[in-house]
Amino acid sequence: MAERDHLEPGEQSPALARRFDEMLAEDDRIEPRDWMPDAYRATLIRQIAQHAHSEIIGMQPEANWITRAPSLRRKAILMAKVQDEAGHGLYLYGAAETLGVDRRDLLELLNTRKQRYSSIFNYPTTSWADVGAIGWLVDGAAITNQVPLCRCSYGPYARAMVRICKEESFHQRQGFDLLLTLSKGTAEQHAMAQDAVNRWWWPSLMMFGPPDDQSPNSAQSMAWGIKRFSNDELRQKFVDMTVPQADVLGLSLPDPELTLDGQTGHYRFGPIDWDEFARVLKGGGPCNEQRIAHRVKAHDEGEWVRQAAAAHAAKHAPVRALKPATEAVA
Amino acid sequence: MNEIVEPPPPQKLAGPPPPQRLAGPPLWEVFIRGRRGLSHVHAGSLHAPDAEMALRNARDVYTRRGEGVSIWVVPSVAICASSPDEKDPFFAPAADKVYRHPTFYTLPEEVRQM
Repeated sequence: MAERDHLEPGEQSPALARRFDEMLAEDDRIEPRDWMPDAYRATLIRQIAQHAHSEIIGMQPEANWITRAPSLRRKAILMAKVQDEAGHGLYLYGAAETLGVDRRDLLELLNTRKQRYSSIFNYPTTSWADVGAIGWLVDGAAITNQVPLCRCSYGPYARAMVRICKEESFHQRQGFDLLLTLSKGTAEQHAMAQDAVNRWWWPSLMMFGPPDDQSPNSAQSMAWGIKRFSNDELRQKFVDMTVPQADVLGLSLPDPELTLDGQTGHYRFGPIDWDEFARVLKGGGPCNEQRIAHRVKAHDEGEWVRQAAAAHAAKHAPVRALKPATEAVA
Repeated sequence: MNEIVEPPPPQKLAGPPPPQRLAGPPLWEVFIRGRRGLSHVHAGSLHAPDAEMALRNARDVYTRRGEGVSIWVVPSVAICASSPDEKDPFFAPAADKVYRHPTFYTLPEEVRQM
């Protein structure tokens, strides 16, 4: 029998499975052409796709404010940030494709609501201060989630995350800077910043997912080296990091139970409304319909561009093919 | 005389035939030279209908912060890769030739530097 890279789906090979386990045990990275269990592949495809969808849907709430940014400086910053989110989506769709799926199919699953994106983007951005709150809290939570993913066992996902994390730190800082400016501004601006933080705080804590005892897939993801810390661990890390920053901003967080536990050194926080989380995830958030409708519209309206680019490429392909390579490029 | 009634022809499915899916834009691998003096390093991949668009997209996707001074794009199908399952036999010749490394040789103490 000829040597092959992959087994047929469902086919077992104890030797390959053992090598996969050994690589995980040595904290080695799995690369696209390595054998991997079907469930590992499926889990990664789902997670990376939903991550990619979150990046591109996440462009919408912020892009909402580009035309109304209060200065050219803020406008340029916001445009750069929204452009980054598109780039992050592309890195991640690229990583997903190394697992044997087609980006077009993933986008179709997003457009037809068969795959999800982070439920945080189903909340509206009702004031300019929301751009700051998203940068500080939502991107802050995302970074807390994503930094450990840079050590994820799947090489292409980990590499995409390294690139993304580098860029996210600008996102968080610009949000903090925006809120600080508002907070130190007029009473009205301060109130606007406080209102935005009040609305985004709890949804940001939900971004880490359900509590550990209600997160059935976490254990397997940890065993596979996809997940490195539990949902609750990451949430706690984010809270501990963020509370002192709120003090610097001169803004309060909307949780009367938030207290520093002197014994553990961690902040204790009040109960999270998981019913709301479930409701928004199921499609009952304020903007679920709007986000998908806008996404589908943008996709459909881009069809002529894709067709024109393909037609142009087809027209010029023969000419290019005839051009001999005359110089070494390396 | 009884008319012979032919059975009706088999019904075709209503509606237009399912649209044939066109091939999407091909995949390209992107290599970036970080600065002069360094070689190009693989940065990632992207889809584009032709090489020119691939270069422009690569600039937008992979060099938004001055990460590169030169970009190569290569059709992914043009890359031949060694198989991961061949790991042992394919790279074995390198593993058993310790004498290729300078540390294999013990120098007399009088030789201070070499």
